[in-house]
Amino acid sequence: MLVAILLGFIFSLFLVLAGKFFKGKLAILSATIPLVLFIYFAQFLGRISNGEVITQHNSWIPSFNVNLDFTLDGLSLLFSLMITGIGFLVFVYTAAYLKNHKYLDRFYGYLSMFMASMLGLVLSDNLITLFIFWELTSISSFFLIGFNNSNEGSRKSAIQALAITGLGGLTLLAGSIFLGSVTGTYSISEMLNSGAEIAASPYYILIVSLFFIAAFTKSAQFPFHFWLPDAMKAPTPVSTYLHSATMVKAGVYLLMRFTPVLGNQEFWNTTLIIVGAITMIYSAIHMLFRTDLKGILAYSTITALGIMVFMIGQGSRDALLATALFIIVHALYKATLFLVTGIIDLQTGTRDVTVLRGLRKVLLPVAIAGFLAAISSAGIPPSLGFLGKELIYEGTLQVGGTAVLLVVLIVITKILLFYAGFVAGVTPFMGKLPEAYQKVKMPSPILWVAPLILALAGILFGIFPGIIDSSLLTPAVNSMGADGADIHLKLWHGFNIVLLLSAITIAAGTILYFKVKPSAELENRISKLEFISPKSINEGFGNLFTKFSDLWTNFFQNGYLRNYVKTIMIFMIVLTGYKLFKTATFSLDYSTLLELTVYEVTICLVMLVSILYTLFTSSRLAAVASMGVIGYSICLVFVFYSAPDLAMTQFSIDTLTVILFVLVLYRLPKYLNLSDYKMRIKDGIISIAFGSIITILILEVIAEQVGRNVSEYYAHNAYLLAHGKNVVNVILVDFRGVDTLIEISVLAIAAIGVFGLLKLRLKRSDQR
Amino acid sequence: MKTIILRTASDYLLPVLLIFSIFILLRGHYLPGGGFVGGLIASIAFVLHSFANGLSNTKALLRIHPGFLMPVGLGLAFLSAIAPILGFGLPLMTGIWMPEPISVLGTIGSALFFDIGVYLVVIGVTLTIIFTISESA
Repeated sequence: MLVAILLGFIFSLFLVLAGKFFKGKLAILSATIPLVLFIYFAQFLGRISNGEVITQHNSWIPSFNVNLDFTLDGLSLLFSLMITGIGFLVFVYTAAYLKNHKYLDRFYGYLSMFMASMLGLVLSDNLITLFIFWELTSISSFFLIGFNNSNEGSRKSAIQALAITGLGGLTLLAGSIFLGSVTGTYSISEMLNSGAEIAASPYYILIVSLFFIAAFTKSAQFPFHFWLPDAMKAPTPVSTYLHSATMVKAGVYLLMRFTPVLGNQEFWNTTLIIVGAITMIYSAIHMLFRTDLKGILAYSTITALGIMVFMIGQGSRDALLATALFIIVHALYKATLFLVTGIIDLQTGTRDVTVLRGLRKVLLPVAIAGFLAAISSAGIPPSLGFLGKELIYEGTLQVGGTAVLLVVLIVITKILLFYAGFVAGVTPFMGKLPEAYQKVKMPSPILWVAPLILALAGILFGIFPGIIDSSLLTPAVNSMGADGADIHLKLWHGFNIVLLLSAITIAAGTILYFKVKPSAELENRISKLEFISPKSINEGFGNLFTKFSDLWTNFFQNGYLRNYVKTIMIFMIVLTGYKLFKTATFSLDYSTLLELTVYEVTICLVMLVSILYTLFTSSRLAAVASMGVIGYSICLVFVFYSAPDLAMTQFSIDTLTVILFVLVLYRLPKYLNLSDYKMRIKDGIISIAFGSIITILILEVIAEQVGRNVSEYYAHNAYLLAHGKNVVNVILVDFRGVDTLIEISVLAIAAIGVFGLLKLRLKRSDQR
Repeated sequence: MKTIILRTASDYLLPVLLIFSIFILLRGHYLPGGGFVGGLIASIAFVLHSFANGLSNTKALLRIHPGFLMPVGLGLAFLSAIAPILGFGLPLMTGIWMPEPISVLGTIGSALFFDIGVYLVVIGVTLTIIFTISESA
């Protein structure tokens, strides 16, 4: 299984080297990868439907409990088949859709990278691994949305999508770590048994909230939904594959996967029902105001995702079954509609639903696909969509007290979805063909076969639901912790309230479709409300943040070295001073001090004189030289206190520092611009304060009774463990050698920095 | 500063200081000294030479840019840090020692190579910074 997951990554790496062979006619061969994977996963159908769960364990970082463990059960099989099956059709479609595109190989690279990440996500049994694949899907989605990177809108949408889904990724990681520490394992299958323990833990609400944010950002739930319509800037195959059929369902998958672990609690159910309901109604109403085909489809995708979350929130067996079925239904019809839109866009050059008419005369197979998908989307028998809708109604009717309200909401949503499906799948093909599109040609079959297959599958499964019910849906429902036995889908349920609701939906949808025509006027009207949408609020926050960081940076990073030093000093004075003021005892035991010697007094006098000379001299060179004198005096102090290592180092460093100073001074202009009287007083106060703080700090350290354990350990073991007699050096190269390694790396980086800055010769065009 | 005395002296001081720096480097494990100080002393030797004879002459003497010493030194230090993992299956930075001490140098172990790495990095860093600044001056 590991190879199956990594195959996509391997292929995208391979494309880096051999990409140019896959740009031309051979591009379609890339589709063999998802096809092979589809066949590979399909062969597990028999075993999984017998209730088997296939697991695979690969050690990765066992010390952190992070392993590449994979589980293939009903739920992951359902998603795997969808990812590879629709993936195959999208790969084929892309070969024609982006024919002769300059970066077709790159596109396939991203696409197969995405496919592999998505497979990893749905198959992972380890939470941390799941998180990594989750992030990888966000990253590949970023590249795919921004694929037309010369377009500013694409880049902006890509960043927005990455920011929103990335935020969710972080909360997923945080939630996973909490969950891991509550249960003591990162393995999802091991968590299944500790549901009660987690629910009783004080972190339950926190964990669930973190998981919710992850799922809601990824699956575009209100108020995080706005990245999805913007993501439609991506080429159509991407919208089809990532932003309707697979990736956006990752959040739904997460919720389904964790239903048996975290579900069946009031907080879980209520939140999901409320968020799902708001999302589905909000975006269903939005659909009425769109004229761009992809815009309509984007909002109807959000609606569908809302319905899925809503159903998961109900949590009953029927509701979970309805979710699983609706995922298949939605993937089939929405992918079809997107692919159809892509063909229309390619052949006519527009996606504006107000001008597209009568295309059935020129694009008949595409029209058939669109029409069948619209039927499934609307839930008209005998499509699979009808079965999905019936189950959704049936599940919602079972909810207790608020059932009536919820049923009304879901019926309204379904009516609006009916409308959206027909506008996207039927309207462009009906009516009189305008003059402008008379010459539209049939595209190559590579383009229209894929949507036709998907649309036909939607009808076929509807007529023969036996193909998918016990083989796919039963195990999927089982893996969500509900009893999936004896699920038998059928088209005809007899006369009951569900059928009545279906009839109402279809009737109202038909009326709505014929009464409301999408128009630019409506779209303008809704855009006036744009300023209170979550998107604008998010952008406002983003702008505010940029402005704030601008101010902040300009205040502190003002380019004057003296100000940097001043800032650091003041910061330290305030912080250390505050702490010292609160805790310091300001007492000094004079008896512990040694008597002053003549040497010490002399050295101190020398230092004092040099300091005063440095301060009041008007020659730079003299100031540097007297600073050097101070440095050498400190060396002598080290010598007196028997620290020859320090003295040697200090001596060499001081020599080099003086040389450096002189070299730098050489570059400065000849005239002296000394700071004025006020400035000197200010600087003097800061310096005296800083010096006093450090002095008090050192006195405090002396007064503190230090544990000598560490230094004694070093002294005792230097020769025994490290064969060295010089403890200082043994600490540097052995006991704390990793520190030294990092320090010399920092040194090297600093040297490269100096070299780079001074050797940099900017071209005039790059200078600012 | 092209005085004859300094120039003549530096011709003798350079090898002497370099040998002294190596001496300091090698004795580091037993007596005051070590790679860091040794590296600084070696750098001072070259800086002194460049003051007396001009930077271009020192650079010609060095043949390679001192910056190249940084990756070499870092590589050596890193190798001696991971050698226990690669060769012996021991944790990072475990000291590996030859069983018997040899004359003059004492016991040779991975720490010595680590220290030589530090020595080279310090020379590379110091000379790169000083040469770059004095070139642009």
